[in-house]
Amino acid sequence: MITIKNLHASIDGKEILRGLNLTVNAGEVHAIMGPNGAGKSTLASVLAGRDAYEITAGEVIFEGTDLLSLSTEDRAREGLFLAFQYPVEIPGVSNVNFLRTAINEIRAYKGEESLSAKDFMSLVREKSALVELDSKLASRSVNEGFSGGEKKRNEIFQMAMLAPKLAILDETDSGLDIDALRIVAKGVNQLKSPENAAIVITHYQRLLDYIVPDFVHVLYKGQIVKTGGKELALELEEKGYDWIKDAHPTV
Amino acid sequence: MANYTEENLAEELENQEYKFGFVTPIDSDTIPIGLSEDVIRLISNKKEEPLWLLEHRLHAYNVWKTMEEPKWAHVKYKKPDFQNIAYYSAPKQSKKYESWDDVDPEMKATMAKLGISMEEQQRLTGVAVDFVMDSVSVATSFKEKLGELGIIFCSFSEAVQNHPDLVRKYMGTVIPTTDNYYAALNNAVFTDGSFCYIPKGVRCPMELSTYFRINAGGTGQFERTLVVADEGSYVSYLEGCTAPQRDENQLHAAVVELIALDNAEIKYSTVQNWYPGDKNGLGGIFNFVTKRGICHTNSKISWTQVETGSAVTWKYPSCILKGDHSIGEFYSVAVTNNYQQADTGTKMIHLGKNTKSTIISKGISAGKSQNSYRGLVQIHKSAKNARNFSQCDSLLMSSECGAHTFPYIECKNSTAKIEHEATTSKIGEDQLFYCKQRGIGEEKAIGLIVNGYCKEVLNQLPMEFAVEAQKLLTISLEGSVG
Repeated sequence: MITIKNLHASIDGKEILRGLNLTVNAGEVHAIMGPNGAGKSTLASVLAGRDAYEITAGEVIFEGTDLLSLSTEDRAREGLFLAFQYPVEIPGVSNVNFLRTAINEIRAYKGEESLSAKDFMSLVREKSALVELDSKLASRSVNEGFSGGEKKRNEIFQMAMLAPKLAILDETDSGLDIDALRIVAKGVNQLKSPENAAIVITHYQRLLDYIVPDFVHVLYKGQIVKTGGKELALELEEKGYDWIKDAHPTV
Repeated sequence: MANYTEENLAEELENQEYKFGFVTPIDSDTIPIGLSEDVIRLISNKKEEPLWLLEHRLHAYNVWKTMEEPKWAHVKYKKPDFQNIAYYSAPKQSKKYESWDDVDPEMKATMAKLGISMEEQQRLTGVAVDFVMDSVSVATSFKEKLGELGIIFCSFSEAVQNHPDLVRKYMGTVIPTTDNYYAALNNAVFTDGSFCYIPKGVRCPMELSTYFRINAGGTGQFERTLVVADEGSYVSYLEGCTAPQRDENQLHAAVVELIALDNAEIKYSTVQNWYPGDKNGLGGIFNFVTKRGICHTNSKISWTQVETGSAVTWKYPSCILKGDHSIGEFYSVAVTNNYQQADTGTKMIHLGKNTKSTIISKGISAGKSQNSYRGLVQIHKSAKNARNFSQCDSLLMSSECGAHTFPYIECKNSTAKIEHEATTSKIGEDQLFYCKQRGIGEEKAIGLIVNGYCKEVLNQLPMEFAVEAQKLLTISLEGSVG
């Protein structure tokens, strides 16, 4: 699905990612954990194509394509989705109008016909039920006046609507109470298939009780310094990150 | 708006330059440049006007000569040379058109290019149109059908000929002849415009619309619009404007007066798309317009404007809330790009008891443009329990543009309730990134964000106009984020 090789990225001259390597295959769920400032959100932003970052070395191959040569929108159209840590508000633009525009842009990119209003609305009904999103939220402006939990559920709703090949969830659990967490996780689990993959970025092990990863990676100082199975998350929960830091003082 | 799809928008965007910049190759009867009493007599004579109107013009001219051009607006421009403008230019025509079939094919082609349909039987939705090119009204549709209801909808010149009593009774009652510099000039040299009268208790069954077009070079357009809604009547009025692309600055100085008698309602919508000048600020229309309405008891006037054109705009559609329980509304979107300058807003003058006004102003500045909101809310002693709500938002699209807000509030009655909210924001890189991450390209993303920002105003427009305005907003802001 995606292969990241020796990725270096910096912002305002400060290097954040320092030679990151990661391979994710179809059907897999990878969790990326790490202390604050390790570069977790930077990785998400760089893969999605945020302008502020400069890629200084490395390559990313996504489904056989050089991802870094694509524009942000083309990466999305190729099937890369980022669930934002802080979803933005777009006043006056309804969720449905926003999503319909997105879906039809993606379809146009693939040379497919636009989705009819009828098919689109039935898709909205089906997918909003999945994340227990009040159908009223679908017609409200994008994220405007949404609670923290509603915003995160809306991200998963959008993910369900766009059905990406690779979903990157950037700290989707932050600011969620346990019920919202359960709903979000349920949505993610139901969307899982042998054809798609997910990278779950999180600070806490909590989310991984609900979304069980195939691999857990520890990101520290811009590199993946440890990889293991789901039990690694539990170990991190128990011992904290200090032992990782002590083991890699010079990374 | 259901029929309008994103694909339509994409198509529109391919033709992103000012698309009304063409000139119609039509013979014009244009008088020599210059302004004098003789020129005014010539105009009046050409229009076969009654003596009272000529006297009105000459009075305005003599006062105008003593007046100073106002300097308080936040705009910079080279004062027009009033002796270098031709004050009358009319497309040559054999005589008055008796029917649509008599209209010059070149003229018909122009209207088609502008998207104006005059052929009544082909229209699905009822919009009656008065088409004003340069100094004269070219054609008005649906006259007969409206006439059956007693509605008068015709060019101003025709109204002077056929309904002189009505014109004389109401003209100048809202905007005094010498109200301001450009209004005085308009009173001296105005050539045509639209007149509309809705009789008592009649609800006008279709939108009335005037389309203003400047075609000839070296001319100015000075038109007048007078809308009178008699007691208990209702009318929705639309105004659209375009002009050819030229390096010179052409002057457009209009006067629009609205009169809403007891229990009447007037909705007046404008989509202003005069040529804005090129990317370097060369050319474009100077749009110096005076618009004002008066509300009698329990009546309502609602101004909605989408301003995307003109090099310099200077315009404050206002309401005098004279009658008790009357309502004034102002909804505005003003977009400036490149070197455009706009100083626009409204005045809400509360005189009657329990009068209410609402002001929603959305400014969008891009390029190196300057965009100002200037508004006055005035509560007089007599205006017990007056209420006003104002919201002025500014959106900045570049780091070199300016957004300014000049709200004035004068309150002389302690029972008044006045609320004012203002925000300034920059179009978010975060919002754009969010859209792009969902697969939406930059131009479309800007279109979405900007139209969302203006939604409260666009919702006030009749549907056909709203679609047009949406497209216009997106086109006006092409490639302007930076």
